[in-house]
Amino acid sequence: MNALRKLFGFHGGVKPAPNKDLSTREPIAQIALPERFVVPLHQSVGGTPRPLVAPGAQVQKGQRIGAADGNVSAAVHAPTSGTVLAVEPRIMAHPSGLAGPAVVIAPDGLDTACERDPFLWRSAKPDEVRDFLRDAGVVGLGGAVFPSHLKLRAGREHPMQTLVINGAECEPFITCDDMLMRERATGIVRGAAIMGELMQPREVLIGIEDNKPQAVAAMRAAVQAAGVRGMEVVVVPTRYPAGGAKQLIRVLTGIEVPHGTRSTDFGVQCFNTGTAYAIWQALEQGMPLISRIVTVAGNVARPRNFEVRIGTPLAQLFEAAQALPDTERYIMGGPMMGFRLPDLAAPVQKATNCLLAGSPALFPPPPPEMPCIRCGDCAKVCPADLQPFELYWFARAHNYGKAQEYSLFDCIECGCCSYVCPSRIPLVDYYRYAKSEIWARERDKASADGARTRYEARLARAERDKLEKAAKLAAKTAAGRQKAEQAMAGGAAAAPGEAAADPKKALIEAAMERARAQREAAQPKNVEGLSAAQQAEISKAEARRELARQMADNKEVPPE
Amino acid sequence: MNNSPYILAPASVTAVMLKVLAALLPGIAVYVWIFGPGLLVQIVLATLTALAAEAAMLAARGRAPGRFLADGSAIVTAWLIALTFPPIVPWWITVGGTAFAIVVAKHLYGGLGQNPFNPAMAGYAVMIVAFPALMSQWPAEGLTAATQIGLIFGAERALDAITAATALDALRTGLHENAATATVAGVMGASPAFGHIAGHGWEWIAAAYLAGGLYLLQQRLITWHIPLALLAGLALTALPFWLADPAHYASPLFHLCGGASLLGAFFIATDPVSGATTPRGKLIYAAGIGLITWFIRTFGAYPDGIAFATLLMNICVPFIDMKTQPPVFGRKDGR
Repeated sequence: MNALRKLFGFHGGVKPAPNKDLSTREPIAQIALPERFVVPLHQSVGGTPRPLVAPGAQVQKGQRIGAADGNVSAAVHAPTSGTVLAVEPRIMAHPSGLAGPAVVIAPDGLDTACERDPFLWRSAKPDEVRDFLRDAGVVGLGGAVFPSHLKLRAGREHPMQTLVINGAECEPFITCDDMLMRERATGIVRGAAIMGELMQPREVLIGIEDNKPQAVAAMRAAVQAAGVRGMEVVVVPTRYPAGGAKQLIRVLTGIEVPHGTRSTDFGVQCFNTGTAYAIWQALEQGMPLISRIVTVAGNVARPRNFEVRIGTPLAQLFEAAQALPDTERYIMGGPMMGFRLPDLAAPVQKATNCLLAGSPALFPPPPPEMPCIRCGDCAKVCPADLQPFELYWFARAHNYGKAQEYSLFDCIECGCCSYVCPSRIPLVDYYRYAKSEIWARERDKASADGARTRYEARLARAERDKLEKAAKLAAKTAAGRQKAEQAMAGGAAAAPGEAAADPKKALIEAAMERARAQREAAQPKNVEGLSAAQQAEISKAEARRELARQMADNKEVPPE
Repeated sequence: MNNSPYILAPASVTAVMLKVLAALLPGIAVYVWIFGPGLLVQIVLATLTALAAEAAMLAARGRAPGRFLADGSAIVTAWLIALTFPPIVPWWITVGGTAFAIVVAKHLYGGLGQNPFNPAMAGYAVMIVAFPALMSQWPAEGLTAATQIGLIFGAERALDAITAATALDALRTGLHENAATATVAGVMGASPAFGHIAGHGWEWIAAAYLAGGLYLLQQRLITWHIPLALLAGLALTALPFWLADPAHYASPLFHLCGGASLLGAFFIATDPVSGATTPRGKLIYAAGIGLITWFIRTFGAYPDGIAFATLLMNICVPFIDMKTQPPVFGRKDGR
């Protein structure tokens, strides 16, 4: 069947040493409950969930402890039963090393799951299923952690053609999807079938790189056993980054989804295998997303995959895999796109697919940077069809306009260009820097625009008030004059006095009367019923004010 | 500490340059076999000059001398100069041309990676404009090593028995001197400078350059675009003239095998720093070199046109690259 399917290539890509054998020799192991869980609240793209628990609260395994903040967000759950110790900022697994809001839980060791009503998703409306998945905290486990419920919706104008399940896992060292497919193929296939029912595509293609024959066999068997119509396991050539969603869609369907568009507009959607498994667990097992498979590899004595509860400190995983003593850095993600961890106290998150221990022997420091010789090797390997060296020149020259013109934001930061550059230029660093500079400038511009809008609105308000005042004054003047004229007309016969003779005088008197009334109304408030002490304080303040006034008048420094 | 990617493919500028030098070896071997060891002397002279000039300029610019000297780019420039200059040219021409290439064409523009012009071709252009006669004298048949080395280091020259013109030069002068009666066949029959196809022995040197060029292609140091477009540009321009008037215009094959056509197609125009970089841009750039080369060879005042054609197209590179940016992922149908 696969032999008949036409596969498409994508431009560029590289073939680094896979280094996947070592961590697939042993089955997935369970990580023991840690002493403390630090469950980050913000674990997905979108809003930071609101904490639902306070310190001292008892929680149970699977209990929702963070509610999705709006629809572009996903809930967060307690990984085990225990006591909430704190809801406070803790250091996160992020290159910035900044702290983020987290719920700290002391496990009680019982691991009691919370009771939940079964959710009959087959009879529920699609919107209810999506809301359920949002509240089950299901997000993309391939690394992008985009809330899955937002992706489970076909394009408005385009019927779904192909649902892609991404088991390519192209980055070296990472084997969590491979092991999940080998050991839990049935769950993945069932999850994929659920997504198929929600989206109604014509076919469901499970793309797996050809360096994972065992995963392919397990998945094929599971697909056959499940007997889902239109579902097929497709073996794709091993080439980094074939596991990028857009690259895999291109390989399987020939469709190129441009930057800034939705793949559903082209009738395609792509989910990671781990996400499919999480959807199955949430809908069929009633278990929200509280754990994931994490590969721990690199400079460790016992590389393997672990099933880890979200919130487990990273240090515990490196201990379990026995990081070697010459480890000089710890990396989250793979060697191509990962980042250095600022602190091992940071917890495992939904995005944590792989942890690498790095030594100088494993990841040698790059040789000194040489000038770009425009050899174009970077352009040859760029899967986004960019001209990376041109972007490099523009980024270096701070010519960000030109960099955007040359599609800087289409760069997926896969690292292929840096990988092949003979001048050993850290090209991706230049793009990251340029992108963040552009974002910063756009933020500045937005805030400047906001300030200008506010200033203009204030001017407009002042102008409007002035006009309104003038109109009121004119109306009042007209009314006063009329009154005066009437008075004059009425009293002319009785008392031809001087006051009545001048309507202006009447107006002035009326104005003075109003001013007097205003002055009276503006008397100090809350001055009744003061205590003696308060009165004394007020007098003191009055005295200070008087002194200040004198000083201002005399411009003299009073004697000390 | 560096950011991702943490793994790098084994690649370096030095490795690139060493491969280019290795690819030149077959051409050098055949060249020496046919014309004698003068070329080897020139290679040594040019290499020493290039390294000295590079070291001096790096010191003057406050750059790390070891790292940049080891990149090998100066040696590539030196070898290309030695291969394009006549092998019996006086030593000071080689030294002067190489020094100009490294000091002015390379470092005054910012050094490695910054030069808009191909340094070797800039050195060649300056020398042929300044010393057209010396730059046009090639060793005659059977010149001994001693005579060649003597010529390089200042012996009396201007003897027809010692020096000769290249095939391109001989053909051009032959056709021009007797514009009314001369034909390509006639000129080629009368001079010992010609061989089976073009210059005597040049077809073998061209074949050796081709072998080196194919090695560069196989190593993915160059793409097919520039060599193919350059040779096609040259041959397709020559073809209609030759078909219309074979008595006065040399055949496309003559142009392909004569002069520096193959050296230019595989080793000179493919210099990434000064050449076009986009696939379509490379085609335009190289086809332009082929076309201009034919015009200079046929109507110009210089024996070969590769150098001037390359420099002229170097000027156009920024514009060509700007106008030929390939579409990015997902925008191939103009979205």
